[in-house]
Amino acid sequence: MTALQEVAPREPAGVRREALYFAVRNGKLMSGFALVLVLLLLGLLGPVLLDGAPNDYGPRPMSPPSGEHWLGTTTFGQDIFLQFVYGLRSTFAVGVIGGGIAAAIGMVVGFVAGYRGGAVDEVLSMLTNVILVIPTLAVLLIANAYLGIRSVAVQGLFIGLTQWPWAARAIRAQTFSLRTREFVDLARMSGAGTWKIITREVAPNMSSYLFMTFILLFGGAVLIASSLDFIGLGPTEGVSLGLMLQNANQWSALQLGLWWWFVPPGAGITAIVGALYVANVGLDEVFNPKLRET
Amino acid sequence: MRRYFGRKLLIYGLTFFVAVTVNWMIPRFMPGDPVASMVARANVSQPAAVEAMRAYYTSLFGLDQPLITQYLNFWGALFRGDFGISIWLFPTPVSAVIGGAVPYTLALIVPSVLLSWVVGNRFGAYAARRKLLDNTVLPVGYILTAMPYMWLAVLLAWALGVIAGLFPVAGGYSFSMRPTWSWAFLLDLLHHWTLPFLSLFLVALGGWAIGMRNMIIYELESDYSAYLSALGAPARLIRRYAFRNAVLPQITGLALQLGVLVAGALVTEIVFAYPGLGSLILKAIQNKDFFLLQGTFLFIVLGVLIANFIIDIVYVVVDPRTRAGMAGAQA
Repeated sequence: MTALQEVAPREPAGVRREALYFAVRNGKLMSGFALVLVLLLLGLLGPVLLDGAPNDYGPRPMSPPSGEHWLGTTTFGQDIFLQFVYGLRSTFAVGVIGGGIAAAIGMVVGFVAGYRGGAVDEVLSMLTNVILVIPTLAVLLIANAYLGIRSVAVQGLFIGLTQWPWAARAIRAQTFSLRTREFVDLARMSGAGTWKIITREVAPNMSSYLFMTFILLFGGAVLIASSLDFIGLGPTEGVSLGLMLQNANQWSALQLGLWWWFVPPGAGITAIVGALYVANVGLDEVFNPKLRET
Repeated sequence: MRRYFGRKLLIYGLTFFVAVTVNWMIPRFMPGDPVASMVARANVSQPAAVEAMRAYYTSLFGLDQPLITQYLNFWGALFRGDFGISIWLFPTPVSAVIGGAVPYTLALIVPSVLLSWVVGNRFGAYAARRKLLDNTVLPVGYILTAMPYMWLAVLLAWALGVIAGLFPVAGGYSFSMRPTWSWAFLLDLLHHWTLPFLSLFLVALGGWAIGMRNMIIYELESDYSAYLSALGAPARLIRRYAFRNAVLPQITGLALQLGVLVAGALVTEIVFAYPGLGSLILKAIQNKDFFLLQGTFLFIVLGVLIANFIIDIVYVVVDPRTRAGMAGAQA
């Protein structure tokens, strides 16, 4: 997990232009986002441009990559490139749903606990710590196995519901340091309500931090989803990168030497998550002048 | 210090309570009727047999009693170490099935987690602020942390197992062997253990190295480091102090990562068909053996809680501020 540095609040006027100036000159940020963008476009446009369903059986099983099948075929003759582009789509979907829900819950809990303090903070922090300690995958296993509804959306929802605690803790700590600043006091004296202060005064001053938190949650959701798929609790219909790995493992691609079956899906996941992490480091440098040029 | 431990124990107690309650609730309040689906799975067509099975399962779950009694019974059974009977390996109790798998999982997870933590921290500390090393450790570290555990496991199995033929790629020991305390068997165990261990070790390594590197840079920028170097202290000494400070957040990080590490071990075991809890979970899901799945869940939660508590004790030993009752670690 990458450590997020504290961000000091500054006047919003010149900050945005300055951030943009450093953003376009930051190699890590640009290359990371470029890679994610390429994969995203592939996932969005691939299924539209290519014909055929990803799970259709084809006439040439177990053939290595060629001009006709860019990434070869499975033991059932399914085209792996086709599965890959569809899989990218559901992987991004799980990341957005899971990461988004986790970020939303984490922000609400973190802001309220950090800003209100006192008994509210005690209760919310206790809740956060309890859920933080429970191993996520174990809970997801039980819930998914019993519920039996296996779609990308439900999977994302469950991941979101279990992934938020560390984000809540980080956001709470940040809010804690902001709540005693003068501008927050001023807003409070002018009679603004808690909700308004949080959304208008506190959140905008840590927007970069929130964005980076979302990126880390997104990456985490993608990795957890791939583990769930691999154990056999993935979506029952459609494809995902994790399901491709599971199929490859189940039909002994390893022993048969079909490397083109298990290499692309793992490489896809690694590329998405790795690029996001690297872009995150770049963002950190953009928003935190102390880290630039080191 | 008493307050620190009191708070921690309260959290762990609550967590265990929540985990057990969730475990009890899910089969009872989830949409769908687990008894009906279990009866349906048996493929019996005679109405009398269906009725008998339904009555059997209902009394087995204790579903005919009021909810509060069911809940209390659940706790009672738990304290007697009774997790029910496995459906997959029918007459074997779940606790016995889990007991057979736990040593394998522990033998994988404990050395790989501890070693990757120690080695990762060393690498990270060396790499910080050293251009050449930093430029290699950082990208490699990011690639390793971004890898799904099972993918690295598959790649290693393919490269070192299938192609090079150095290591076996499946099982905890050879099929021709019987578990005995002989050297030949222990050697065989070790041979099968190497690849799953290596893949767990490598994936976790990257994260620790990156975390440590960032912490060291942060510490080297702090006032005490600047003061020490102004006094003319050698760089090695300053680094040593920085390392001691930077290790504290890494210990907390270890506690936070436990769930992820356990998850990684489970999927790695599945890749190598290693006879630990991961393979057990896979079998439980494939055979719809919910007792086994729930027992494994509780066992994993309990294990993670115990590991957390051990880390807390280590933290108190390492960080004097928690002993003095000052604000050291946050609960």
